[in-house]
Amino acid sequence: MVMHIVDRRLNPGSKSLENRQRFLRRAKALVQGAVKKSSQDRDIKDVLEGGEVTIPLDGMDEPRFRREGGTRDMVLPGNKKFVEGDWLQRPNQSGAKGSGAGEGDSEDAFRFVLSREEFVDLFLDDLELPDLAKRKLAETESEGIQRAGYATSGSPANISISRTVSRALARRVALRRPRKDEIEALEAELAECEDETRRRELLTLLEALKAKAKRIPFIDPIDIRYRRFETVPKPVAQAVMFCLMDVSGSMSEHMKDLAKRFYMLLYVFLKRRYKHVEIVFIRHTDRAEEVDEDTFFHGPASGGTLVSSALVAMNDIVRTRFRPADWNIYAAQASDGDNMTSDSGMTGHLLTDKILPVCQFFAYLEVGEAANYTFDMPDSSLWTLYERLRNEGAPLSMRKVSERGEIFPVFQDLFKRRTTSQERV
Amino acid sequence: MGSSGERLFEGADWDFQTLQRIHDACEKIARTELGLDVYPNQIEVITAEQMLDAYSSVGMPLFYKHWSFGKQFAFQEASYRKGLMGLAYEIVINSSPCISYLMEENTATMQTLVIAHAAFGHNHFFKNNYLFKQWTDADGILDYLEFAKGYIAACEDRHGRETVERTLDAAHALMSHGVDRYPGKKTLDLRAEEKRAGERRQHEEAVFNDLWRTVPNTKAKSKAALTAERRRALLGLPQENILYFLEKTAPRLQGWQRELIRIVRHIAQYFYPQGQTKVMNEGTATYTHYRIMSRLHQQGQITDGNFLEFLQSHTNVVFQPEFDDRRYSGFNPYALGFAMMQDIERIVKNPEDEDRDWFPDIAGKGDVEGVLREIWSNYRDESFINQFLSPALIRRFRMFHLHDDPAESQGIKVDAIHDERGYRRVRRELARQYDVGFVDANIEVIDVDLDGDRRLMLRHTTVKGAQLNETDTRRVLQHLADLWTYDVALTEVDGTDKVLKEYVVSPRAAAVAA
Repeated sequence: MVMHIVDRRLNPGSKSLENRQRFLRRAKALVQGAVKKSSQDRDIKDVLEGGEVTIPLDGMDEPRFRREGGTRDMVLPGNKKFVEGDWLQRPNQSGAKGSGAGEGDSEDAFRFVLSREEFVDLFLDDLELPDLAKRKLAETESEGIQRAGYATSGSPANISISRTVSRALARRVALRRPRKDEIEALEAELAECEDETRRRELLTLLEALKAKAKRIPFIDPIDIRYRRFETVPKPVAQAVMFCLMDVSGSMSEHMKDLAKRFYMLLYVFLKRRYKHVEIVFIRHTDRAEEVDEDTFFHGPASGGTLVSSALVAMNDIVRTRFRPADWNIYAAQASDGDNMTSDSGMTGHLLTDKILPVCQFFAYLEVGEAANYTFDMPDSSLWTLYERLRNEGAPLSMRKVSERGEIFPVFQDLFKRRTTSQERV
Repeated sequence: MGSSGERLFEGADWDFQTLQRIHDACEKIARTELGLDVYPNQIEVITAEQMLDAYSSVGMPLFYKHWSFGKQFAFQEASYRKGLMGLAYEIVINSSPCISYLMEENTATMQTLVIAHAAFGHNHFFKNNYLFKQWTDADGILDYLEFAKGYIAACEDRHGRETVERTLDAAHALMSHGVDRYPGKKTLDLRAEEKRAGERRQHEEAVFNDLWRTVPNTKAKSKAALTAERRRALLGLPQENILYFLEKTAPRLQGWQRELIRIVRHIAQYFYPQGQTKVMNEGTATYTHYRIMSRLHQQGQITDGNFLEFLQSHTNVVFQPEFDDRRYSGFNPYALGFAMMQDIERIVKNPEDEDRDWFPDIAGKGDVEGVLREIWSNYRDESFINQFLSPALIRRFRMFHLHDDPAESQGIKVDAIHDERGYRRVRRELARQYDVGFVDANIEVIDVDLDGDRRLMLRHTTVKGAQLNETDTRRVLQHLADLWTYDVALTEVDGTDKVLKEYVVSPRAAAVAA
């Protein structure tokens, strides 16, 4: 009998991927809740990794008619000492219920592993980047070219051979240009032919055909077609994210931690939208410097506070390294709100004239001590300044945070999908 | 050692030529020595990931899409990654050609074992066992699944995924009550089934005429004329195939919904014999691979080393933990089935006096393969155990019977053990555990209140006092009510028609509006 062997290994795997997506869609609310919960006690760097989540099975159950209780009879293997008529103690009452095998024990909660993409997707599901394209159309896009049909004029390098030849063929057929083999056949017949009248006939016919072939060229200039290209605007696929932080003595570890969490979230979020994301860390006291990540979060520093110094540094870096035409620029500033009063004018001026026009998005995050009731405190000098700027129409986003658990809600609030941009102008 | 045949393979590596050689060698033994009659074989090599995929769609190569399979997959993947679960070496599908999936990780010895086990053992059982002959259509199943998948996808496009999902959820909940348990008028022909569905749609389109909508309805016949008796007869009641009843009589289902129910019902029916023949099916396959592997070894086609490797896997497969072992989770169908097949071989070849008393028909008959083939064709687990579980085997497994009556304060009673007085009782009780009549709750549709509020009435006749789990029952009834679109009532009664519990569930608003 014939036997077939089929190698299925190269078949596309993940046949059940669609089923899995359906399952996730169905359990979306539950999974999302689980994801948020599990991301709260994670180091934010690990948010990028997938992981195991546990969801309750509400709404995901597949009920069946199932019986329980009653008189039970069972036959078991491995009798060692029982004889007929013995009485055995019941195990404890609760132990007697487990009858469903396999999935039985996992009925009330369900653990499974989410991949990295799934995790981040769910994590950032209902967020979107603020739509600032209209404000900065020229800067957010660059030109690219793409094919756009055919043209009757163009550079010789762009001649489309296939299109040209097929048009020529159509024309030759339509005008009945004599074919080469047709003429050859007549010439062959002429060479063989003895009969004078027939020869004459053939000669005239041949001449007529040759003249016609000459009149109708093989390729006519009107056949020629060129490939046409169009320039189209292409969105810039890279972004740079500026992290500005006040590291003066008044910033505690707790505050830095809050800032770090916010930056990480922003990074994860940008990473999903752009192919390439660069991060620039600028820390400042009364002077600003660009540092690496580790120094940024952990390096010791002391001194007064001059916010404008950071903005100057950022402006320089943008000018020298990140042309706004090529880069989408995002900035997030974290501070406890202290600033020298004399610096306010300078800061406001820099922000509205230099920084905000090139930025897609600028967020100010005011971090406070965990125990503080920020509501009761008078607004900090920086907050007051920024609030004034915002009321004057500067596209600033600003929030106050004092607890770890608030980071995610604040982040979500900032990037919440909006139908109309209510907050900004 | 007998004739030293060519070795089939050296070491653990294999390629497709090796598989072909292995198959041919197994086939020779299977046909000439065991007299097996199989569907043509198709062997498919797959990766571990694909095996997981196959697991989650009940082992079928193509299946419609549904979230519950995704849930299944997520669950299995999680336990596989944690190492809680090993993957099966193979999956085999009751189809013609009979498809066996082989994992690429397996060694050559394992592939031989798997081919002997699945491509010959299971394959023969599928082709010859009366239940499979009666209830499944091996030629048509793959085409039918293809049709089902396409049909359901088309429904989703047309009616929206959520609606389709709701119908499927409901049908799945009732799947265990969507099978015909007794042979009907005709055997299943899935190809015709698929054709018929297409024709029905065409017919509907052809005869569609919008004018009919405008014709005033004629007065219905006097309902009083329909006596209850006659009404039940017309509706085919009582009916234990709930899905069938819904498909035919549910008042407000759309045509496509009926077709979905029909698909779920057909698939449930297709798997129905497998649930009733686990012990026999695995027993047959294990016995077959054991015979084939031993013969291959005897003929020198596989080395001593290969045979030892085989024995190790085989021993793992047929391991039966005792009841007080932590690994115990019921009888291992491989162990029980294989032991019984070997025991029958012993009875046929070298019976003792006891066996002659118990099995006069087969004891000492001599033709082992003939007797086994006969048994494989004509029994299911329940009848098989009831007939062929021998006292010798009961002693070997040291089986005993426990009777647990909650009303009995003294505890659980040891009712019978492996002794002269107990053999028959132990055997009868064990057979009962495999009887579908006892395994599934006995629930029937008994009536519809056509004159009143169209309430659908169901009855659960309890056995030995076991009642339905309340939460799950309410949920299933909810699904049922959503399909029926009117109230559904379920009454639990005991053998004397005494009512134990009543449920009434109303359909959800969304379902009624649909």
